[in-house]
Amino acid sequence: MDFTTFLIQILNAMQYGLLLFLVASGLTLVFGIMGIINLAHGSFYMIGAYLAFALTSMTGNLMLSIALGIPLAFAFGALLEWLLFSHLYKRDHLEQVLLTYGLILIFEELRSLTMGDDVHGVDIPAMFSASIPLSDTLSYPVYRLLISVVCLALAAGLWWLMQRTRLGMMIRAGSHDRDMVQALGIDINMLYRTVFALGVALAALAGMLAAPISSVYPGMGGSVLIISFVIVVIGGIGSVWGALVAALLIGFADTFGKVLVPEFAGLAVYLVMALVLLWRPEGIFRKG
Amino acid sequence: MAEMTTADLTVVAGASAAVPGEAMMVADKLTRRFGGLAANQDVCLTLERGKLHALLGPNGAGKSTCINMLSGDLPPSEGRILLGGKDITRLSAAQRSRIGIGRSYQRTNIFPGFTVLENCRLAAQSRNPRPWKIFTDALGLSDTVDRARAAIVEAGLAGREGRIAGTMSHGEQRQLEIAMVLATDARVLLLDEPLAGMGSEESAQMVELLKGLKKNRAILLVEHDMDAVFAVADTITVMVNGVVLESGPPEQIRNSADVQTAYLGEGHV
Amino acid sequence: MNPQNSSRIALVLKLVVLAGLIAFPAFGSSFYTEMVAKILILGIFAMSLDLLVGFTGLVSLGHAAYFGIAAYTVALLTPKYDPADLWLALPASVLAAAAAAFVIGLFVLRTKGIYFIMVTLAFAQMVYFIFHDTALGGGSDGIYVNFKPDASIAGWVPFDLNEPIQLYYFVVVALVAVFVFLTLVLRSPFGRVLVGIRSNEHRMQSLGYATFHYKLAAFTLAGGLAGVAGFLYAVLFGFVTPEYLSWHQSGNVLMMVILGGMGNLAGAVIGAFAFIGLQEMFSDWTKHWQLLMGGVIVAAVLFMPGGLSALPRRIMKKVNGERENG
Repeated sequence: MDFTTFLIQILNAMQYGLLLFLVASGLTLVFGIMGIINLAHGSFYMIGAYLAFALTSMTGNLMLSIALGIPLAFAFGALLEWLLFSHLYKRDHLEQVLLTYGLILIFEELRSLTMGDDVHGVDIPAMFSASIPLSDTLSYPVYRLLISVVCLALAAGLWWLMQRTRLGMMIRAGSHDRDMVQALGIDINMLYRTVFALGVALAALAGMLAAPISSVYPGMGGSVLIISFVIVVIGGIGSVWGALVAALLIGFADTFGKVLVPEFAGLAVYLVMALVLLWRPEGIFRKG
Repeated sequence: MAEMTTADLTVVAGASAAVPGEAMMVADKLTRRFGGLAANQDVCLTLERGKLHALLGPNGAGKSTCINMLSGDLPPSEGRILLGGKDITRLSAAQRSRIGIGRSYQRTNIFPGFTVLENCRLAAQSRNPRPWKIFTDALGLSDTVDRARAAIVEAGLAGREGRIAGTMSHGEQRQLEIAMVLATDARVLLLDEPLAGMGSEESAQMVELLKGLKKNRAILLVEHDMDAVFAVADTITVMVNGVVLESGPPEQIRNSADVQTAYLGEGHV
Repeated sequence: MNPQNSSRIALVLKLVVLAGLIAFPAFGSSFYTEMVAKILILGIFAMSLDLLVGFTGLVSLGHAAYFGIAAYTVALLTPKYDPADLWLALPASVLAAAAAAFVIGLFVLRTKGIYFIMVTLAFAQMVYFIFHDTALGGGSDGIYVNFKPDASIAGWVPFDLNEPIQLYYFVVVALVAVFVFLTLVLRSPFGRVLVGIRSNEHRMQSLGYATFHYKLAAFTLAGGLAGVAGFLYAVLFGFVTPEYLSWHQSGNVLMMVILGGMGNLAGAVIGAFAFIGLQEMFSDWTKHWQLLMGGVIVAAVLFMPGGLSALPRRIMKKVNGERENG
């Protein structure tokens, strides 16, 4: 592999890993703070992608669609929390698995009913459709770079939110000690609703950003869900920082796995997870 | 009580003939740090056969940390634990149970959905588990069932074998907790506040039970109830802020100026 | 009703159902005979998972892996133009599934709770990709089992699996065998420990049990029994695809266990009937039947804790309660 190809693979790995981080960060927060295992989290990614497709066919502009889609996804998340997930906090993991599995079926069929079962493409916005030439024959698309930059900015924003804002303080307090949060006079229902909606919005945003490069297809939520699980397991439940490191690790494992051992490409990610389980069964960044 | 049957039990706990006063379990300079804070610092204890050793101290003195280290629920940062002269510091809780160390918990820790008999039967079965006998009815293994029944009687729960553990009174559940330890044929008993939350009548019963248990066993009793402690203890160790303040026979502790100022407070004696 | 009476009633009920299953081919069409055979196989699958979920307290979301591995084993053991030997293929399939469960169990049992659920799912997905991405079992197209295994022993043919009715009875016998086997295991010292682990694993450890070993044994055993189901499924339908080990399959069998009420072997079989029954009914109505299925599942969690097999008890309770009140 020459240097340019290598560079391109590195950029691809980062872009893929950072996109996964958007999905996994919401998942790990909901796990860590509310103790909920949410199998339907991958569906939010799928919904985001279809939302981008539907809105773009109406507005003709992906960026505008994303700007519209984020508040929609946030509101959808808040609604879902109010209707269903708020009833799950006191239930055991098995019932959470059951209900969220039922939700996957519902979301997939609703998608099938409203959007059909075809694979759709979403155009890359004209202003980002260029490629940066790296050698005579190889170039790197600007849109992929844009995804990485947006995701990095969001990661930084999330860090700022967690470390520097009152909401972040409440989230961190909530993941350590529920009683403490209530003793501080924080409205725990509102906190949970916000965190859940934030997680939905992040996953949907990942789906919207990914729509032009991965296309939009049925079942796209399932594979992303399982990869996100792997990331949460590696990073440690509730750790946003862990999710970032793990997502990048998985991005690299998957990308270079495909290049180096194409026959077993799908396995690389799981082998990484197996090794981490041997080393630290509670994840790399598991908090006390 | 049934005789011990498993080989590994006899190795450590029952190797020599029962000599009253023989040291069975020794804690040698146990230290446990949480972050920079030492919850236990150089704690030394000796548990002797036929004796009850009580561990006293105000809340936060480190009693729970100490018993957790002895039972294997918490690894010590430094120090050694010996059983019959052998170093067992690195053994897990399950391994310690198998060599004759039994533990009861401050917060009742039983199988609430099972009958009293099944709670004790599971405890007794751990001495001779025979997991490969997958076509044998567990209730047909009479050595296990007999030992469970004997433990139930010894703990004062005769006639309540069929009760669902979770539906019994708090005091009965505390007794069951002891019965389960007895059913494992433990020679060293680590009892974490067995009187917690008990009424006076139940407490009195438990004190009588504890007196009877001393014979042939070494007991560590962590307890808040002063009257009970002075009624049953042969040795008392007082801990304050993670260190041993004083250790000796009850009269010595009762008359110790240090203990009175540091722990018992004015007006108590 | 005292417990002795109710357990006698339960036994009678089971025997009646068994008699019904034995008589069924005489009345049902070949279509329904095959469907019942499929349900019974899934019942075996659900019972094997119930050993983990209902009795040991291990919520595995990757149980389809072992089902699928056994199915692929029989497919790969079947020569192109000949049947495989049943008495070789069946044990080989079950052993392959059990061996995979043992190895994966070594990893996943290091975790607990939510981690365990996620990690079992992830490992099953890994197995899925092994068969989906490589040419080993025909890739994503799957592989045919061209001939049903041959049951002959040294020239003597006790039964012929090519005969749908005989295959059906073979499945019934397997179901009864697995049911009896698990019933015996659960009342053995080993089974009692598993139930103890479900109730209070920490206390089991402090009583001296090496719970990891017990859980690993249960995981392996459950994997092997899922293999029995996977073997039968492959034989019944004559082909194997990666979908056999997809996470939807793992999810569906978990639904069966929960629908039937966990910790109840007969309930697991009832759950399989209920699940496939609903599936058939809904897909008769609409091609978007999963919407209804999802709705039923969500409603079941919200309004019906304890599953289907708890329903009679809950109704009895309600009736009795009203009688007492009235």
